[in-house]
Amino acid sequence: MLLVEHFPVIIVGLSMFLAYTMLLAGYINRRLPFFMSLAMNFFFLFLSIFVLNHVLTEGPIRYWQGGWRPPWGIEYVVDAMNAYLLIIVISIVILGLIYSKRNVEFEIEERKHVTFYTLIQLMAAGLYGITVTGDLFNMFIWLEIASLTAYALIAVAGGRALRPAYNYVIMGSIGACLYIFGVCWLYSATGTLNFADMRLLLPLVYDNKAVQMGFAMIVVGVMIKAYIFPLHLWQPDVYTYAPSTVSSMMASVHVKVMFYILLRLFYSVFTLDFIRHYIGLDLVICWVAAAAILAGSIWAIKQRNLRRMLAYSSVSQMGYILLGVGLSPLSPWGLVGAVAHILNHAVGKGCLFMCAGAIRQQEGLRDIRDFEGLGKKMPHVCAAFTIAAFSMIGIPFTAGFASKVFLIIASLDASQYPFVAVLLISGLLNLVYFWRVIDRMYFARHRGADDPAEAASDAPATVQEAAPSGPSNSAKSGRPLPLSMIAPILALASLCIILGVIWLTDIPSPLINHILSNLRMEATI
Amino acid sequence: MTELMTPLIALLCPLVASALILLCRKHPNIREAWTIAASIAMFLLVLSMAPLIAGGETVRCILFQSMFKDIYIGFKVDAFGEIFAITASSLWVLVSFYSIGYMRALKEHAQTRYFFAFCFAIMGAVGVALSANLITLFLFFEVITVSTYPLVIHEQTPEALAAGHKYLAYLMPAGAFLLLGITITYYLSGTTEFTPGGIRALASASPIVVTGLFFAFLLGFMKAAWMPFHSWLPTAMIAPSPVSALLHAVAVVKAGVFGIVRIVGYVLGMDLMQEVGLWLALACIAGFTMIVGSFFAITQDNLKRRLAYSTISQLSYIILGAALLTRDSIEGAMLHIPFHGYMKITLFLCAGAILAATGKTKVSEMAGLGKKMPVTMLAFSVAAIGMAGIPPVCGFISKLFLCKGAYAVGSPYGLAFLAVILISSLLDVIYFFPIILTAFFKSPAGTAEETGGAGEGGREKITEAPLLMVAPLAITALLSLAFFFNQNIFYIYDLARMAISDLFGGG
Repeated sequence: MLLVEHFPVIIVGLSMFLAYTMLLAGYINRRLPFFMSLAMNFFFLFLSIFVLNHVLTEGPIRYWQGGWRPPWGIEYVVDAMNAYLLIIVISIVILGLIYSKRNVEFEIEERKHVTFYTLIQLMAAGLYGITVTGDLFNMFIWLEIASLTAYALIAVAGGRALRPAYNYVIMGSIGACLYIFGVCWLYSATGTLNFADMRLLLPLVYDNKAVQMGFAMIVVGVMIKAYIFPLHLWQPDVYTYAPSTVSSMMASVHVKVMFYILLRLFYSVFTLDFIRHYIGLDLVICWVAAAAILAGSIWAIKQRNLRRMLAYSSVSQMGYILLGVGLSPLSPWGLVGAVAHILNHAVGKGCLFMCAGAIRQQEGLRDIRDFEGLGKKMPHVCAAFTIAAFSMIGIPFTAGFASKVFLIIASLDASQYPFVAVLLISGLLNLVYFWRVIDRMYFARHRGADDPAEAASDAPATVQEAAPSGPSNSAKSGRPLPLSMIAPILALASLCIILGVIWLTDIPSPLINHILSNLRMEATI
Repeated sequence: MTELMTPLIALLCPLVASALILLCRKHPNIREAWTIAASIAMFLLVLSMAPLIAGGETVRCILFQSMFKDIYIGFKVDAFGEIFAITASSLWVLVSFYSIGYMRALKEHAQTRYFFAFCFAIMGAVGVALSANLITLFLFFEVITVSTYPLVIHEQTPEALAAGHKYLAYLMPAGAFLLLGITITYYLSGTTEFTPGGIRALASASPIVVTGLFFAFLLGFMKAAWMPFHSWLPTAMIAPSPVSALLHAVAVVKAGVFGIVRIVGYVLGMDLMQEVGLWLALACIAGFTMIVGSFFAITQDNLKRRLAYSTISQLSYIILGAALLTRDSIEGAMLHIPFHGYMKITLFLCAGAILAATGKTKVSEMAGLGKKMPVTMLAFSVAAIGMAGIPPVCGFISKLFLCKGAYAVGSPYGLAFLAVILISSLLDVIYFFPIILTAFFKSPAGTAEETGGAGEGGREKITEAPLLMVAPLAITALLSLAFFFNQNIFYIYDLARMAISDLFGGG
């Protein structure tokens, strides 16, 4: 076995080990866990690049845990799809960690910092695990690790985050239970838990009601986790009240990995054949996605709290990915669009949530109506916000434009014309609620010399909510943002543009071709 | 087909300048120098391609191949594109000087933002001109929309913000329609290249689909201010005068008509437009806009709004020329793009100079300005005469071609549209000449002299606006005259001939 074939399990195993080590190290020195986590995640990024390279040149990596052969042993399978996702997840975790260094000092009490970083590392481990595993039950284990840590992370700062976190615990647990029940049905019908093995055996039992039940339960369970409309109800409150780093990381990667579970289920366990012919679900998925896209955007327009607006926007954006998945039986461009949007949204939404956190930290503002003149006070953050917002709207030369074009072409290719309209309208709806914010930040009422309230109106119009018990809340207002928070924000915003240009070229096409062929779709690119 | 980097370098000029403008925001003179340098560089680069293109070559510069088959982002400069590119880039040079004068005379705020956004807007306009295919055109088209927003709402008053929102409310959905049209074109034909005579594969689509496609494109090009989707333009006049001048008389709206001519000639093609009868629909829309726009212009007292409606009307001359599908009419349309550009910009620059020197915005207040601001009002008169199509200003030439083209249609429709052109020209006279008469031949009323007019601040003597503002408008007026005598300045006439022979074949 080549060394590189061990990398996936090294990444996952070391992440888990690291998390507990960090907890112990935290007793020695409170500041160690952050650096350990950051260093190790850089190392993992380094490894994951080699993994991607191997997968694109040689082929998928199959690793048997403990040397036990599947289908009894647990197998880790990394093909082009997960290698791509793994790099995205690790990168966002790193950027989130860099951002969090000063952000947690503001939002979370000192005594909880060690556990915070431990939980982040555990969640990362869970996400990495979901990404690389090739076994259904193993996936459940990592799913639970990622979810339980997420529940804790949301609640860690206390205050207003506790009730949404509890809500999420209940809904998320229901989701996870549905997942495992579904797995049980599938196991009972096929006798195996391994993806590849199941893919061979399932076609024989497609008619079996147990199998169809299992499929349905897993799909619904994952829909709850990935907040796909209409099972998204836990999400807005969670994203609004969780600590900024957590919202950012959850919106960018946690939900994408949950979506990935769905992708694996659709392409590698069941086949598109099943979805299209046996249960005819593909168009239903498309219409659910369309509903998500429109409903999310319409709700977002009504919001005044920035993070709640971004949360509903994420519901809408998940609809884009689901639409791509739904169109893929009819057009490979659907999958291309979904895959592209996983990256594009991670970069864009991650940046937006980080900006929201930065605005709250420096100026203490949460409500969009208070953002007047922010463009001058926080130029870098506002510029990054504008670029990331352009990406969400789908303005050319940004990442989001590329996914939109892929999905429109997919709709035309699949002859499902209504979705073209849905996508175009959605872009305009996004424009409405994002432009409001940009307008406030830069172009608000011209403050002439005859505006005596200039200084006074800098204070937020809304009463400060009972903030989570961060000790240095008021002390930080007005002080310039530390570089460790600005750097990830600017990095992600730049990526929005860089990726926007790259998606217009044919640089991604080898990767896309491999992803399509690994998921056994014809590469027509 | 010549492969040159010139298109890319020409577009990099404003892009690099925008970054330098941001960096030099604390040093106004250096900051302004970047704009001037970039505009001159870009104009020279664009002009350098003209002899080549007028001789029959096309300059190609492919940026990247995309993942879709046959779709690439790149530039292919043919004669028609070069005409628009020369118009936009030459006028940017002049308006840059003017902007500096205007901003400093009025001590405007947010000048860095202004010059920064201006660079992107011009980059967008010239990018549209140089595009090889619909998708590249779309990319730059949206850049125009987004980058002109800060310019429209520059004043940041509630009215300006409302105007900006209206601007986006029209142009962003237009972008959605344009994307729809482009993706449908790709879906139907597998390509989005601009092909003289139209994309062949589209001819085999059903007429209903072609009609739908055409209207999707037409709605996509709301920037051409065709009625009834025109009202963003008068509202956008709240922008500073240089913005109204270059962008809303030349870059933004010309990008819109440029797009429409591209669709008629290079995407759908004249044959298909004839076959499905779309030429008549487009010509009717254009004719309606021409007449009604002129009527609205007559009713406006605010000078810039009057000019805005004049622009709306004049743009439809170009659209009508394209719609009539004859050699002369399309040549007239292509010539009207630069000629109207120069004349209209003169008018807007004069309006801005009048505002800066006297604070006046209404035609009714302009009595006696001819004596106090002779250069400005003379330039205004030259341009107004040209707009009405009277020699010796270049507007006569393009209108002559349009009339010949309308006559050449042969059927009664041709004569009807010829009548429309002539009536509209008459209406042009009706709304322009009173301004000239008021300025030169009316003396200011007694009370007006005492109070000093709106916003003058008690100044007793009105003089010309600063040189930085007057020189450019004098130059554009002189160019409007010069074009009458030599249409081949900047190779315009040769390029138009070449474009027509591209489309129709042969001399």
